[in-house]
Amino acid sequence: MTRLNDVKNYKKNIKSYHPKINYFVNGLKAFVIGGLICDLGEAVQKFYVTFFDFNEKTAGDPTVATMILIASLLTGFGVYDKIGQFAGAGSLIPVTGFANSITSAALEHKSEGIVLGIATNLFKLAGSVIVFGVVSAAIFGLIRLTVNNLLG
Amino acid sequence: MRLGKQTWRFEHDLYIQSTGTCAGPLEGKGPLGDFFDKKYNELHCGEKNWEAAERKLMREAVDICLKNVNKKPEDIDFFMAGDLLNQTVTSNFIARETKIPYLGMFGACSTSMQTLALAAQFVDTGYADSVLVAVSSHNATAERQFRYPTEYGGSKPNTSTFTATGAASALVSQTPSSVKIKEATIGRVIDWGIADANDMGSAMAPAAADTIERHLKDTGRKPTDYDMIVTGDLSSVGSPIVRQLLWERGIDISEMHHDCGLMLYSPEQNVMAGGSGTACSAMVTYGYIVNLLKQKKIQRVFICATGALFNPTVNQQKETIPCVAHGVVLESAGGE
Repeated sequence: MTRLNDVKNYKKNIKSYHPKINYFVNGLKAFVIGGLICDLGEAVQKFYVTFFDFNEKTAGDPTVATMILIASLLTGFGVYDKIGQFAGAGSLIPVTGFANSITSAALEHKSEGIVLGIATNLFKLAGSVIVFGVVSAAIFGLIRLTVNNLLG
Repeated sequence: MRLGKQTWRFEHDLYIQSTGTCAGPLEGKGPLGDFFDKKYNELHCGEKNWEAAERKLMREAVDICLKNVNKKPEDIDFFMAGDLLNQTVTSNFIARETKIPYLGMFGACSTSMQTLALAAQFVDTGYADSVLVAVSSHNATAERQFRYPTEYGGSKPNTSTFTATGAASALVSQTPSSVKIKEATIGRVIDWGIADANDMGSAMAPAAADTIERHLKDTGRKPTDYDMIVTGDLSSVGSPIVRQLLWERGIDISEMHHDCGLMLYSPEQNVMAGGSGTACSAMVTYGYIVNLLKQKKIQRVFICATGALFNPTVNQQKETIPCVAHGVVLESAGGE
């Protein structure tokens, strides 16, 4: 009966004591919230196309800017983290999640000063997204170039 | 006098002469809210940054503790304090203000009982007449120090604990009061291979089990000799684990075991697996448990504060988390 006291297998044996992770519910939450954020983006884009001199293509930039502004404001008001804890990846993946990561880092380190606090830590989390974004873009660009040349 | 290998039984009558507790907003609204001397409605506590807010909490706790018995800082021989920030900076700054000869201590969340045990030792051996102890933690400063704040957008798993915001202070001396300090058990550092900082309950449970088992062996007592055996911050994950670990070793604490991390918050307050942090066990002990002892609702209690001794750098280097637990026995001396 000395099961849990087995040091070597402790990590494995305590699994039954951990709350179950409901991947389905988490996925559903992320899908719904992430979808709603994208709906909002869609609405903003329609707004720019309808009321301003933008077409489907050019409306992308002001739409992203607006979504970033909304997300940053929600971060500042302390709402985005609550959405984040509920929605998980649903609010992390869209551009609003990226905006939140930069704004929250800025707020978090504000007390350490503008240069060493805000400027140094601004990309604390967003930095890894940029690094992997650029690296993966380069790799996929190379793959595409190779495939195109081989086929062409 | 030393009992067994790790336990001290104090030869003189030592007392917790006074206590002071300060709580953050969530802790103040929790089930033990009425037992705290001072409560703040917002995390900034009227200060300009989180670190200053934590200092304010500790300063207030120390002030209240001294004012309760009409003492001034210069009446106190030594000050032992700790917190979770780098270089225990909150405690250092409070020591700068009080000017009491100071020993800063770090035992992560076990600092509460580490300071109390050593304070008792100082007074018992006659090296001090009165020692002031204090600990603090703040959710926002600790999140920044140790974890990945939810503010950054990722969600936390349900096994993670929530650092309590608050501070607690106690004055140890031989002046009789209604709470006696009888024994202390110093823990060994135990590491059973958990590396997940979001699952500290599982990491610390073996350390708590070791200290509780050792304490009972050293003193020759049974769990039923205690009205309460209280662990620091094992949360809803670590609490059943420590009970199971001890049960398998022939020690049944299921009836009198409580966990400060679970006592401090109500289940409706969204704190994941439960509270943690240096202040967690101290606020519950100096605020609530001392009160129970004063009113003679309980006679003897063993408080076993657990601490995870890691830092974010080594944790990211995939090192596992060493843990420690220190315990102190408090008894009711009657009175009120």
